[in-house]
Amino acid sequence: MPHRTIRARRTRLTLLSAGVTSLAVLATACGGNGGGTSAAPKDFTYLSVTENTTTRTALTTLSKGACTTENAALPLKVETVPQASLDQKLQLLAGQNALPAQFAAGNAPSLTKQLAKSGKVADLELELQRLGVLDQLEPAAVSTIKALYGGKLEALPYEYNIEGIFYNKKIFKENGIAVPGTWADLLAASEKLNAEGVQPLSASGQQGWPLTRLISGYLYRSLGPDALDKVDSGAAKLTDPPYVKAAEEIAALGQKGYFGKGVGSIDYDTAMNQFLTGKSAMFYMGSWALANISDPKQNKVGAENVGFMPFPAVTGGAGSADQYPSNVGLAITLGSKNFDKKTGAWVSCIARNYGSTALKDHGSISGFKVNTPVKDANEVTTTVRRTISSSQQNVLWFEALFSTKATTVSQTNAAGLVTGSVSPQQFMETVQGALAGR
Amino acid sequence: MHRVLGDRRAIAILLGPALLVYTLIMLVPTVWSLGYSFTQGNSIDGFTGNGLGNFSRLLSDQAVHDALWFTLKYAVVVTAGQVVAGYLLALLYVFFLKRASALIRTLVFFPVVLPTVAVGLLFQKLFQVAPQTGPVNSLLNAFGLESVDFFGSAGSAFWVLVVMDIWRSMGFYAVLLFAGLVDIPDEVLESARLDGASGLRLIRHIVLPLSLPVLMSSLIFSINGTLKVFDSVVALTNGGPGSDTTPLTLYMFQTSFTYSEYGYGSTIALLLTVVCLLVSLAVYRVSRRDITEG
Repeated sequence: MPHRTIRARRTRLTLLSAGVTSLAVLATACGGNGGGTSAAPKDFTYLSVTENTTTRTALTTLSKGACTTENAALPLKVETVPQASLDQKLQLLAGQNALPAQFAAGNAPSLTKQLAKSGKVADLELELQRLGVLDQLEPAAVSTIKALYGGKLEALPYEYNIEGIFYNKKIFKENGIAVPGTWADLLAASEKLNAEGVQPLSASGQQGWPLTRLISGYLYRSLGPDALDKVDSGAAKLTDPPYVKAAEEIAALGQKGYFGKGVGSIDYDTAMNQFLTGKSAMFYMGSWALANISDPKQNKVGAENVGFMPFPAVTGGAGSADQYPSNVGLAITLGSKNFDKKTGAWVSCIARNYGSTALKDHGSISGFKVNTPVKDANEVTTTVRRTISSSQQNVLWFEALFSTKATTVSQTNAAGLVTGSVSPQQFMETVQGALAGR
Repeated sequence: MHRVLGDRRAIAILLGPALLVYTLIMLVPTVWSLGYSFTQGNSIDGFTGNGLGNFSRLLSDQAVHDALWFTLKYAVVVTAGQVVAGYLLALLYVFFLKRASALIRTLVFFPVVLPTVAVGLLFQKLFQVAPQTGPVNSLLNAFGLESVDFFGSAGSAFWVLVVMDIWRSMGFYAVLLFAGLVDIPDEVLESARLDGASGLRLIRHIVLPLSLPVLMSSLIFSINGTLKVFDSVVALTNGGPGSDTTPLTLYMFQTSFTYSEYGYGSTIALLLTVVCLLVSLAVYRVSRRDITEG
């Protein structure tokens, strides 16, 4: 009997130990360390998306050139994730307080605002001022970032883009078409091209945003530059008739077949390729496309045959054609935790040298000042650079002030809008519903 | 053996490690997820209690209703397709091809081992309309018909998805059911034939009742897999056009990881778990009754 009691006790003890051990393992596995590392960073980590190669290549060039000293003190380390997984990765790292020195801001500005609110993003205006390099940022780029991030400088402008319509000069000339100044001109030109068997526009319905950009383009021209601010503030709704009208105009382009066959299946590269091989006459895109246009391997129509025009004016509208949509590409922000002296040295070097390096080596226009004169690769690049420096007022894009959910809903339904499976009213109702959190 | 299995300590030693692993990787996350369904927030802002808010939102969320309807519709159609096609193939192997079935079995099984993403890309290319006209549309054109944008409308995208998933998995169900059919004693079949049963009558009155247990297992297996469909939808349509081919799993994934609404995402996951449980129980009850009757 005593022997059994001892054995029973031993069994209970074993079970108890096993239970405690398993709980400890569980707590270790699921709890995380909660704090990341609090020591000074060992490297200048740059976390970005796999799809964007320009910034990481330019930074690598700097690390071996103008920023060699800074790189020796704090080596550059590049990490990438697919763009679709970026938000998830940032949330995970932020939850563990382990955000790297530099990281691509989320797919919608709302995530960066959220990170900034919780103190995880450095106040760049303050830091750049302290480092004495705030003046190295183009004022237009600073104002675009502030418009995106609630009046704060939350990101570095590794890219600065304006958007408009690239057109094939040769096709326009062959068909006797002048550069459209108004929306009615654009419709007339498209009709003429379509009748001649030329696809008027190429766009990626798979991505969706190249189509919703057209909606915002029409909205800014018809209702003025504050059209989407009013939606953000609740003063207007996307379901209001003037907003639905914009969706109707873009849907009509699709109904008339101006985007070609199967626009919903066309991805970004295919749409770009259609334009650069002369299969379409016009292509709404940001100035980042200059890198593709300047590349003779991709551009079969020749850079000299590509022109750039603003989204045309809407007759009687409150906006004007010189208000260009602008953005800072995939914005890169800096974590507050790792912003020490060595990181500051890197940021200063980037601010002084990135503009020239990106333009010279990659044909990419950034929001940093170009301190070493660089000769433009072609006429269209000069046109775009002149437009950027002379633009007085910039606007944002359709989803710029939307939540992540509304952004996804808008972009995934855009193809349906132009193929006719979703009516303009339904489209705007769906996006407005996502905006309202329904 | 009786002494070993009668000893509690022996049972604990034998079952303990498996139970511990199961508890850690299955039960704990499930309970954890259940807990999240009463919260709102995310890993950046932190989590706060939300009572039954997520559940009331679930009831009124049109996107959840649409996703649930799509999930059920897809599960019923694909399960029926997988099991029926698998059963017909198994009958073909056993009664027609007999010993020569090995090559056909291997060929039909081949899509099962292909990665879902590869199969998704294959079907995208097969049914595409642009930038190049795919083989299916070329065939339509050859017959003088217009090309169809299969991924441009909800109806056609659904059927492409159904065809793809049946093609991808029918080989698996064929092998599973083949194993059940070869278990039917030859004597039973022979005596049925002597009694005059042949062809469809033999299958209806002898083969079907005797293979019912494995058929029901296939059904439960299939319905649970199809209710939780995720990878093939992401690879082929990514839930589109719009959200027309979005099942509950994809909506749950988007809600949790794209929109950072972990609490609401967990509530959707709970709904999916309940649906799987109810459907499995229903199939199980029906199968038990049938076997008793048979």
